[in-house]
Amino acid sequence: MRYGSLAVVLIGAATLGGCTDGVLDPKGPIALAERQILLNALGIMLAIVIPVILATLGFAFWFRASSERARYRPNFTYSGRLEMLVWSIPAMTVLLVGGVAWVGAHDLDPGKPISSTVKPVNVQVVSLDWKWLFIYPEQGIASVNKLVVPVGTPISFELTSSSVMNSFFVPQLGSQIYAMSGMATRLHLQADHLGTYAGLSAMFSGDGFPDMRFTVDAVTDDGFAQWVRQTRETGSVLDKQAYADLAKPSQAVVPFTYRVVAPDLFSSIVNAGMGTQDSSLSIYSTSQKAER
Amino acid sequence: MNLLGKLDWDAIPLHQPIIMGATAFMVLVVVAVLGFITAKGAWLYLWREWLTSVDHKRIGAMYCILALVMMLRGFSDAIMIRAQQALAAGGAEGYLPPEHFNQIFSAHGTIMILFMAMPFVVGLMNFAVPLQLGVRDVAFPTLNSVSFWLTASGALLINISLAVGEFSKAGWWGYPPLSELQYSPGVGVDYYLWSLQISGIGTLLAGINFVTTILKMRAPGMSYMRMPVFCWTALAANLLIVAAFPVLTATLAMLSLDRYLGFHFFTLEGQGNQMLYSNLFWVWGHPEVYILILPAFGVFSEVMATFSGKPLFGYRSMVAATMTICILSFLVWLHHFFTMGASANVNGFFGVMSMIIALPTGAKVFNWLFTMYGGRVRFSVPVLWSIGFMVTFVIGGMTGVLMAVPPADFQLHNSVFLVAHFHNVAIGGVVFGVMAGYNYWFPKAFGFKLDERWGKASFWCWFVGFYVAFMPLYLLGLMGMTRRMQHYDNLSWQPWLIVAAFGTAIILVGVVCQVVQLVVSTRNREKLRDVTGDPWNGRTLEWATASPPPAWNFAYQPKVAGLDAFWNSKSRAQATKDEPMPTRKYEPVEMPKNSATGFVTAFFAVVIGFALIWHIWWLAGVGVFGAFMTLLAFSFRRYSEIEVPAEEIARFERAHQAGVAA
Repeated sequence: MRYGSLAVVLIGAATLGGCTDGVLDPKGPIALAERQILLNALGIMLAIVIPVILATLGFAFWFRASSERARYRPNFTYSGRLEMLVWSIPAMTVLLVGGVAWVGAHDLDPGKPISSTVKPVNVQVVSLDWKWLFIYPEQGIASVNKLVVPVGTPISFELTSSSVMNSFFVPQLGSQIYAMSGMATRLHLQADHLGTYAGLSAMFSGDGFPDMRFTVDAVTDDGFAQWVRQTRETGSVLDKQAYADLAKPSQAVVPFTYRVVAPDLFSSIVNAGMGTQDSSLSIYSTSQKAER
Repeated sequence: MNLLGKLDWDAIPLHQPIIMGATAFMVLVVVAVLGFITAKGAWLYLWREWLTSVDHKRIGAMYCILALVMMLRGFSDAIMIRAQQALAAGGAEGYLPPEHFNQIFSAHGTIMILFMAMPFVVGLMNFAVPLQLGVRDVAFPTLNSVSFWLTASGALLINISLAVGEFSKAGWWGYPPLSELQYSPGVGVDYYLWSLQISGIGTLLAGINFVTTILKMRAPGMSYMRMPVFCWTALAANLLIVAAFPVLTATLAMLSLDRYLGFHFFTLEGQGNQMLYSNLFWVWGHPEVYILILPAFGVFSEVMATFSGKPLFGYRSMVAATMTICILSFLVWLHHFFTMGASANVNGFFGVMSMIIALPTGAKVFNWLFTMYGGRVRFSVPVLWSIGFMVTFVIGGMTGVLMAVPPADFQLHNSVFLVAHFHNVAIGGVVFGVMAGYNYWFPKAFGFKLDERWGKASFWCWFVGFYVAFMPLYLLGLMGMTRRMQHYDNLSWQPWLIVAAFGTAIILVGVVCQVVQLVVSTRNREKLRDVTGDPWNGRTLEWATASPPPAWNFAYQPKVAGLDAFWNSKSRAQATKDEPMPTRKYEPVEMPKNSATGFVTAFFAVVIGFALIWHIWWLAGVGVFGAFMTLLAFSFRRYSEIEVPAEEIARFERAHQAGVAA
């Protein structure tokens, strides 16, 4: 028995230890709030699920056919009070968790900007077969399979895809969102701690899907400024031609950067995905589409 | 012009040893079965008694056999997926290249949902519903046979894809643009489309058949509120089939038009809308989940009541819960893609709606609980599956509600946490349910019980194996592992994936036990023989007739005066034991005649499907012509019924009564 409880403790510790790079180890406000919601909802439900499991096992054991002590009550088929209980216990649980869901859906809406005194950094994300392109429109630079963000600063993402669907996901920073061609989705995240976090695509996208990984470097403001400076000095230019080359399928791409990005590249990718090459012909502008 | 369309020798993956090995194994099994039938000289028997049978019991049994065979196929895929992920960590590539791995998980999902769970559930309904309603057959017996054979056609096409060509690599949802011609130029998606399309039409026809049967053909006296709960759940499931399957048919048709005729429903070009597909697919896909689980709930209700020796607690409440789930299941589909960027109000609405389904489901769990209360629970195999279900399903339900909270889903969507959740409800709910039903109704269908010891061994392996295989996936999901990864670089995931693979091995032992159980029981069938027709002390009408029931089910139509009709009549008989049984006069019975329509139509359906997949247009024309002529021939047949003489019925009944008395 003692070894049994020791084993439970050890497994529990190993479990928590094993979670050090997942959603239970948040590094930003969104992921932190989401973990709280996850644990709250879990707690509310365990309060009912555990008793039900115990009652199932208990009733089954106590009322076993060979039991001498249990009373056989073949006519116990209805009880108004119990019915009341039977419907109201799940109802109360649903009410509580439903409240958590409704409020959470609004508070943590991926499209809702993070309130902060710090000016957000904009990043435009394009999923390609099979790598991620991150464009920094204000800095005029771009990076493949590596995202560098200043710590403590809200990051405002706009996402689209050059081909099939993908889902942009950094488990330790919070919400994922789909990248779909012809559309621009929005996401707001923030890293509160320095470090390197794993990012991935959470939507199967074909043969190169498992290698659609990227790293997120959360650095200091100075570190970010320095990285921008360095990036501007090396690498090539991302114009329409370079983008066309990049968009060709390739797998397990080693991160690299572009020193200059053609302006409006992102919106022209979105518009190309809408099936109209000439952006002046498109029905919606990028921002309108994103708000819908 | 090439007479064989896209088909040539390159279609057979000779360079892939794993696929060729599986193909060789499959061919060997088929040859062995055909050889066995030939050696026994059983072809004529098979043709007359099974292949052309329109008897709902035979068709139900064939559905279940199809499901069991496809379970072996789908489970082999599962073992391969688990083995690959246990190996392919860090720089290792495992033993399956991406183009093969992607086919396997796509086939696993498609097969398990549409060709294992679906036929099993439809098979149990086919077998039990007319018996429980106290009637002789379903409303349209020949249509029933057509339904079954179309489902079998779809299953056959999927199995052909193993040897000739490839299967889809776009997942079992087949989301465009990945499933469009531009990104999936091969025949894989076409195999997916046509096998689902053909079997889907079969399922729709079955749905129409069962809704009609339940609404119009109950025994005299059986009002709606006297129907067994399994019939209620069957009604709900078939209403869902009738409402949801046309959506699937239309959605797949649109994708086919994109792929075959250059339409732009979901393409990147020409203003196609890929999100439209996700919406349409899940408008079918979520009700589909309840099409599977509701009949399983029905089985548990029957089993719990029978083996507790008391009526189901809160029958009305159960009926209300069933119908509530039936309606609500159409209002939740968006929770499959909270992460596509819908507004907070939309996400919030669908999140809350999804949770509300937990309300009737929770009420059901409590009602099963109180069914045991005050009962005398006999721990036979069906009860073990049911109690295992109750324990497992509440955990799966909990994680489901958890993911209905949009912010939680933003983190768990498409992770292996999700994979663990839906296996938790699909195995813990549907598989446990069909296994309970299989053990429960087997003696009724074949006249002998299944071996208890092997049955219990199978249950415990499945039960323990499930937890060992899927609890690590919950954890991995929280660790940030996403689904469908052919390889990964995070080494801390690997130990848990090895544990999960070990769990799959335990389930494998459970599957082997099931096969052994069937073989052992068949060998010992004389010892396990059920002569009374009522091996479990049952409550509903299927136990009122012999095991196996005669083709005409009941010698005379039962009159129903309340819920649990057979239990009541047994109680009455006990009360009036000393009075002599009134002598009955038997009347001749009109029974539907056998028909090859289903088998022949399905043959042509396979021809059509195969021809369309490989662009062999002339052959598709031949198939359509053949199927049309078959239906034409059927509609012009002169005699659709045969008369069973009264003496034959009397002789059968005398023999049965002698068995009951002994």
